Amino acid sequence: MSKNMRKAKMKNRTVEQEIRRRTIISFSLFFALLLLGYFSWRWLNAQPDDNGVPKPFRTGYEMNESVFRNVFSGNHLAKTYSKDKAVKRVRVNGNLGLSDSFDYKHWKLKVVRKTGDTLYISLNELRTMPKTEVIFDFKCIEGWSQVTHWAGVRFSDFVKKYNLDPEATMKYVGLVTPDKGYYVGIDMPSMMHPQTILCYEMNGQLLPLNQGFPLRLIIPVKYGIKHLKRIGTLYFSNTPPPDYWAEQGYDYYSGL
Amino acid sequence: MKRIVKKHRLAIRWFHWVNFPLLAIMIWSGILIYWANDVYKLGWGNKTILKFFPQSFYDALHIPYKLALGMAMHFFFMWLFFVNGLLYVLYTFISGEWRYLLPNRHSFKEAWLVVLHDLHLRKQLPPQGKYNAAQRIVYSAIIVMGFGSIVTGLAIYKPTQFYWLCAICGGYEAARIEHFVLMIGYCLFFIIHVIQVILAGWNNFRAMVTGFDVVKDTPVLSEEIIDDKP
Repeated sequence: MSKNMRKAKMKNRTVEQEIRRRTIISFSLFFALLLLGYFSWRWLNAQPDDNGVPKPFRTGYEMNESVFRNVFSGNHLAKTYSKDKAVKRVRVNGNLGLSDSFDYKHWKLKVVRKTGDTLYISLNELRTMPKTEVIFDFKCIEGWSQVTHWAGVRFSDFVKKYNLDPEATMKYVGLVTPDKGYYVGIDMPSMMHPQTILCYEMNGQLLPLNQGFPLRLIIPVKYGIKHLKRIGTLYFSNTPPPDYWAEQGYDYYSGL
Repeated sequence: MKRIVKKHRLAIRWFHWVNFPLLAIMIWSGILIYWANDVYKLGWGNKTILKFFPQSFYDALHIPYKLALGMAMHFFFMWLFFVNGLLYVLYTFISGEWRYLLPNRHSFKEAWLVVLHDLHLRKQLPPQGKYNAAQRIVYSAIIVMGFGSIVTGLAIYKPTQFYWLCAICGGYEAARIEHFVLMIGYCLFFIIHVIQVILAGWNNFRAMVTGFDVVKDTPVLSEEIIDDKP
């Protein structure tokens, strides 16, 4: 006989009374917890907005980042494919930052150094550097993916060539389109990943305008939202640079 | 004479009722994400039997254009879902509850008899115990599915850092399909589970909240009746 039953006997409760008593107590607790859960959910979703999502969810993103940054390694490479696996019709998923008035004849990549000095680098200059090809499964945050073929200058090679080592000790790289309509911020370990390239070729030819001619970012360890098309300015920062989609409720890190 | 008999321990009830809303939120936020690239369907060739999901479904539940919110929720609640599931599995093994839960060598044959009984094709019900054979198989399968959701989920979430997980799942696209199919599996389980709970009645449902079962001890009269016959 259980302790409760003995107590019930002592208090002269019948089995029926005991069943009733315990059922009422348990269900009262059950409904109390149910209400607690419901109001917690309501509270959570009513929290002040932090860049497109309720604040606790933003904190969640940041906590996930601090967890999953620990498993990030420059030795973990995105799976690569042979050229014949790459699609010919590459999906174009938006034209943010690609305004019509772009003067591509006079384009040069503007690099802002730590000191505030600026470098201007032409496409032809970049093309004299060693070319890195990346054929990988491009992953959009929407859920689709596509094996695509890109080529350009590995960012870590670029850093060496232009003596940007002091800049590479900083925490973030910021990229902005010439019209400032699109901008991303990327953590330095992801930028220095061996598959991250300043890309000027797609399927063996110069980028089409809608894929970011003359220069775009290809960074296989991130979702497509970070692969900024038509880089105007590249700069370095110890604080997270503004990021277009992170302001719309997406994860700033967006690492794969 | 009625008797109160202990059935479900407090921990098991706790894990069950915490899991229910967490799984619901995971499915809900998952559908918000899936909407952004809703390519799955049942059918062959150009023939579609069921599209996942019809526009009316999205409209009725106000699903469109909430990808960011869906991801934010999914990657927030995944921790709670994971921890609750992990504690449940650990508790089940440490407490010895697994003895009532895991299928044994009779389970597969008995489960078939349970199905026949539930479909009214057979009168007798095989021994029930805390969980009958069909329950043992299905509840154990749900644990395996939960494990599968975590593995396929991680493979989709970090396909480069956990490239080996992604490879085990058969690649990124395959992991996404598996993750989705498991979700459909939970929904089907939920429907059957609720129907079975309704059919099993109040006493059974109450046990999942209060922990106790009420057993009626029927006096043994049958022998006397047999004796009366000439």
